[in-house]
Amino acid sequence: MEAVIQTNDLTRHFGDIVAVDALSLEIQRGEIFGLLGHNGAGKTTTVRLMNGVLNPTSGNVRVLGLSPVEQGAELRRRTGVLTETPALYEALSARANLTLFAEIYNLPKADVAQRVESMLAQFNLADRADEKVGGFSKGMKQRLALSRAFLHEPELLFLDEPTSGLDPIAARQVNDSILHASRDERRTVVLATHNLRDAQQMCDRVAVLEHGRLVALGKPAELARELVQARTVLFHVELSQAAQAEATLQDYAESVSTDDAGGALTAQGLVYDRIPDAVHALAIAGIRVYQVSPQEPTLEDVYFTLHQVDTEAS
Amino acid sequence: MNWRAIFALVRKDLSIVRQSKAVMIPIIMVPVILVVVLPLGASLLLGNEAMMADFTDDMAVFFDNLPESIRDEIAPYQSESQQALYLLLVYQFAPLFLIVPLMMANVIAADSFVGERERKTLEALIHTPATDFEIYASKLLTAWIPALIVTLAGSVLYGLVVNVAAYPIIERVFFPTALWVVLIVWVAPAAAGLGLAAMVLVSSRVNTFQEAYQLSGLVVLPVVFLLVGQFAGLLYLSPALLIVGGLVLWGIDGALLWYGARSFQRGELIARL
Repeated sequence: MEAVIQTNDLTRHFGDIVAVDALSLEIQRGEIFGLLGHNGAGKTTTVRLMNGVLNPTSGNVRVLGLSPVEQGAELRRRTGVLTETPALYEALSARANLTLFAEIYNLPKADVAQRVESMLAQFNLADRADEKVGGFSKGMKQRLALSRAFLHEPELLFLDEPTSGLDPIAARQVNDSILHASRDERRTVVLATHNLRDAQQMCDRVAVLEHGRLVALGKPAELARELVQARTVLFHVELSQAAQAEATLQDYAESVSTDDAGGALTAQGLVYDRIPDAVHALAIAGIRVYQVSPQEPTLEDVYFTLHQVDTEAS
Repeated sequence: MNWRAIFALVRKDLSIVRQSKAVMIPIIMVPVILVVVLPLGASLLLGNEAMMADFTDDMAVFFDNLPESIRDEIAPYQSESQQALYLLLVYQFAPLFLIVPLMMANVIAADSFVGERERKTLEALIHTPATDFEIYASKLLTAWIPALIVTLAGSVLYGLVVNVAAYPIIERVFFPTALWVVLIVWVAPAAAGLGLAAMVLVSSRVNTFQEAYQLSGLVVLPVVFLLVGQFAGLLYLSPALLIVGGLVLWGIDGALLWYGARSFQRGELIARL
């Protein structure tokens, strides 16, 4: 595996505020890497440091083998960025916006028109290409900003909330484009997002940031298994024994509820290691158990677990 | 240096400027007033002999206090009306004309530097390979080039207006003079540079186009001093004075724009977003 981004104790202060705190991580080529964290956690500052837009206070970072501090312009020629706000020129048309950036990225003159056309088509903007962006919906602006990030075929993409403001169909198309860029074209994608469902589905690995600190790093499923002990478990028991089963499970779970039909119980907050004990207790009580289904924890569970730990620590 | 990127950014900024009423209204109105309305009005007023008769004594004192070089210059003109009009159009309005490049550069730079931040488009730009200096240079050129074009066009228009409107009184084509050639070619570009430099200094301290425009409006004060100084008889413009004054102005521009280039860094810009 080839590391495209390496940070070592990367730190950035703004006055007394520590926006990024001793961040050390590696991102591999072709990976979709999620940067998760609430507002102000340091995601945007991390992207700015990685793209050579901000200089670190201490620590170091290398991206695509280059130093963002010393070789920022050279690096940015090879990266594409979708910023938190679309940052489009609303007085210009969609085509003019893309043409401007094609020239800034110094694409060959002969290729500019065709490349712009191709991006407009790929992001379903061809019909409105010559209209001023000021009249576009939020979703169209987001798609145009995204097409601008892809315009010069960068090796590395930094995407901040790429599906923000998009309807489900457009969001699916955008996610497909990101997956295509990573899986088929071997581009590396750093995805800063609040959308944990997208992150779970798309990211190979994620880093969770809290107050600029890295609090978790790994594959979403592994993180979930490691960090989230309490699970939601579905039990199917004999209908006539549901009340007894509910009483028994109360000793093991944070809460237990029975469905309207009566045969299915949902135990929430049941620690993974105690599931066999709970099943054993039901058996001892003579309850006939037909099915036990522990739900896999999601990235959302990881996120809230980490956030809760951080809040308690604070 | 990526000139293609610089000129793409200049074209973009000018396209946005053309669509902004807040920028275009002063850009059109100020030159029209200074280059057309004022000289036309002055020619009509000074052509009114009855009105001029009321000021005969004052004019005589005024002419006596003129430097010898200017007295020699207006000597070929016979009547007081001719001399007064010549003085007004050639000397008194010269400082006023400098407002055109100053204001043009200032208002366009306000839109280019502060407007970009206000419209929240700067972040996409600073994530591109364009260097800090290329972005800075594009913004300077965006303001400086149109300021020079309008100044040049304005001076041609001013020449036409004064020669035509004053012809019934002065009875000859007298414009441009050496003073105005120096003013247009040497001082006006430097004045545009001063308008730019003022905006570069102001832009880092304000958040909106309007704030920037109002604050940097103070840059016209030197022009007001020149104007009042001439009317009060304290100083008179001459080609030599303009050459020296222009040199000083270019020096100030150079220092301020160099300082601006050093402080125009994407890290600083993004911290203020």
